[in-house]
Amino acid sequence: MLGKTAGGLFWMFRYLERSENTARLLEAESRIALTRASSEGEDWDSVVSTSGVRHSYCQKYDQFDATNVIDFLLRDPDNSSSVLAVVESARNNARLVRTALTREVWEAVNVCWMTLKDLLANPVRVRELPEVLGTIRQQSALVRGALHGTMMRNDIFDFARLGMFVERADNTARILDVKYYVLLPSVSYVGSSLDNVQWEIILRSVSAQGAYRWQNEGDINPKGIARFLMLDRCMPRSLAFCYGKIVDNLSYLAEDYGMVHESHGQAATTFQRLRETPIEEVFDSGLHEFIEEFIRQNNLLGQQIQADYRFTG
Amino acid sequence: MVVRFNVLAGVRIEICDCSRRVMRYSRTMPDTNTAFDEMLGDSSAARSPYREYHDWIEAEDPTRLQKKSTDAEAFFRRTGITFNVYGRQNANESLIPFDIVPRILSAREWARLSRGIEQRVRALNAFLYDIYHRQEIVRAGRVPVELVANNDAFLPQMIGVSPPGGIYTHIVGTDIVRTGEESFYVLEDNARTPSGVSYMLENRETMMQMFPELFSQIHVRAVSDYPKNLRRSLSACAPTACDGRPVIAVLTPGIHNSAYFEHSFLADQMGAELVEGHDLRVVDGRIAMRTTRGYRAIDVLYRRVDDEFLDPLNFNRDSLLGVPGIMDVYRAGGISIANAPGTGIADDKAIYSYMPEIVEFYTGEKAILRNVPTWRCSEADSLKYVLENLSELVVKEVHGSGGYGMLVGPAANKRELAAFKRKLMARPGNYIAQPTLSLSTVPILTKKGLAPRHVDLRPFVLVSPERIDITPGGLTRVALEKGSLVVNSSQGGGTKDTWVLEE
Repeated sequence: MLGKTAGGLFWMFRYLERSENTARLLEAESRIALTRASSEGEDWDSVVSTSGVRHSYCQKYDQFDATNVIDFLLRDPDNSSSVLAVVESARNNARLVRTALTREVWEAVNVCWMTLKDLLANPVRVRELPEVLGTIRQQSALVRGALHGTMMRNDIFDFARLGMFVERADNTARILDVKYYVLLPSVSYVGSSLDNVQWEIILRSVSAQGAYRWQNEGDINPKGIARFLMLDRCMPRSLAFCYGKIVDNLSYLAEDYGMVHESHGQAATTFQRLRETPIEEVFDSGLHEFIEEFIRQNNLLGQQIQADYRFTG
Repeated sequence: MVVRFNVLAGVRIEICDCSRRVMRYSRTMPDTNTAFDEMLGDSSAARSPYREYHDWIEAEDPTRLQKKSTDAEAFFRRTGITFNVYGRQNANESLIPFDIVPRILSAREWARLSRGIEQRVRALNAFLYDIYHRQEIVRAGRVPVELVANNDAFLPQMIGVSPPGGIYTHIVGTDIVRTGEESFYVLEDNARTPSGVSYMLENRETMMQMFPELFSQIHVRAVSDYPKNLRRSLSACAPTACDGRPVIAVLTPGIHNSAYFEHSFLADQMGAELVEGHDLRVVDGRIAMRTTRGYRAIDVLYRRVDDEFLDPLNFNRDSLLGVPGIMDVYRAGGISIANAPGTGIADDKAIYSYMPEIVEFYTGEKAILRNVPTWRCSEADSLKYVLENLSELVVKEVHGSGGYGMLVGPAANKRELAAFKRKLMARPGNYIAQPTLSLSTVPILTKKGLAPRHVDLRPFVLVSPERIDITPGGLTRVALEKGSLVVNSSQGGGTKDTWVLEE
């Protein structure tokens, strides 16, 4: 396979994952905004931070209000990570790697782009938001479904999955990075309703409130949530789950190509930390530091994969 | 020889009355001054190749046909069968309008066309070999030396080079127009990088999805073998450096090129990599592509990049689309390039006017397909005639393509004619002129029903050392505006599925 094609697949699926994650974040926040008495700006602020676009947002707006944040995250041309921009990038990458995709996957991503381009042609009003976000997630699911249903399990599939899980791990880690303080046991309002609201946002932004409830029999507590999002091996958006998949896909590539690269070692080391560190130890040695280090390592892994498989040169 | 044609003759054909919910396409009165309609000919009934189809469409519900037409458009858009229009900011991916009424040729008509095309393509290859070797045809005085020596499309770098298998034009698209029952003319030989074959294939695919019942009723020759034949044809021209199964790649200028869809489509259909210049470099005397496992040598490169941009070391220094040094690898037998560099000399419009001589010189036979009579403005007598009759002629730039830079005399106003006259007198050698042909018509489905529109035909030819494959039919291009003769997609033309009937 061409190095360029591997890169195109990797980024196509990173971008698709990103559009879905942004939709999920907005959904969690707007849902909470309806049920809460707290000061508004603070929470929309954290959505912008979690999406990693705080810098460009602040160049344009002074305040974090619902209308501006929604517009910026969904469709603002100044935001290269807006849903509209990343879906267009995903589709451009798909055109680039058209020969590596089945007709079904190509059509799904092309239809996804056409649908969202229409849907986001004009500003989205708050009352339309749930429907719009639903469509974004559904379109993304259709592409993933086509990928699973029609693609060969070969290197093409591996690079698509690597992009998806590197992006997803990054997203889950960012949520924890922005919200870590509400998971710390120290502050005064432990057990207050405000905490409960914040915890619920975290679970909702990874679509895991139901799963968590079942697994923990309704006992919602910070450590439990942190463990679930970081270390749980069954939760499809946890860091450990993502790294399990990354290690798998990298090992298929190693087997296929008969070549082991630096990225294999890096992924294995991170995965080992996630598997072997108990949550108590994470909290003792610093939740925030742990997350920051993870984000850094995850970025490095993305760059190393790019170099190992000659995406650009 | 000067043949005159009726200009833009009107066709009086009754079109459907949708309120009565029937489709009609027939002549209501005899008229003497019409373009040749391929469905009706001169009579009131349908011509024999169209008979079954004509019966079928007249029995169809117009509302259903209109819906099918809309469905087809949605299908093309969803599958991304688009082309990019240069110089438009927003709507930069456009659809080539597709018309659901097929253009039908009988087995007999096709047999004659394909014999003529094959003869012509053989002559083109022989001409190219000769021009880059001993130039016998020039020595024999059949083609003037300055036409070769002063021609921009002539590549001195190709002198003495013998491409693998002796093939220069692996892929040819011969443009053919029709003016009557038995009158076919070759309009152009596209011997560089002819495009449109993906539309031929997708048009058929679309028709078969929309009207499966038609294909069980009418026996149409398949076109779907094209990608397989293309692969075989390219493989047969592998260079001596190739050991084992030839590695083929398609070279595209990139996703912003107007024909990018076609490039990716053909690569996909052949199971070949789609590469750009920056994926390639010279490694150990071969052209190699950067893969996830390192560099891998390419044996045959189907390039969709013009000569000029192919190699910044040998041609245009600023080109980012090509591969530095590829010409040197090519000359040393390290790679095959299809079509070979320098083939442009054969589809030059000034050379075109010599095609009857060229065919005769190399095949020893009279040309089966006629050339459109052509005045070379470089010759004083011809220039005089052209200037005097400008308003009735089509004038083309010698190196132009895509319908750009040409004058359609009958459609031009006084000011345009005067402006063109000045250009013509300034550089007469840059132009040729032809009579305005009254191109044949085939009906299209309009909002108001069936209506005749002018068409041309581009059959696709594959040439390898062992054989010449011509896909039955080709791409029919149709001018969508009433009376228009310009069928180019870049100028608002559409396409049709082209049927060649089984014997």
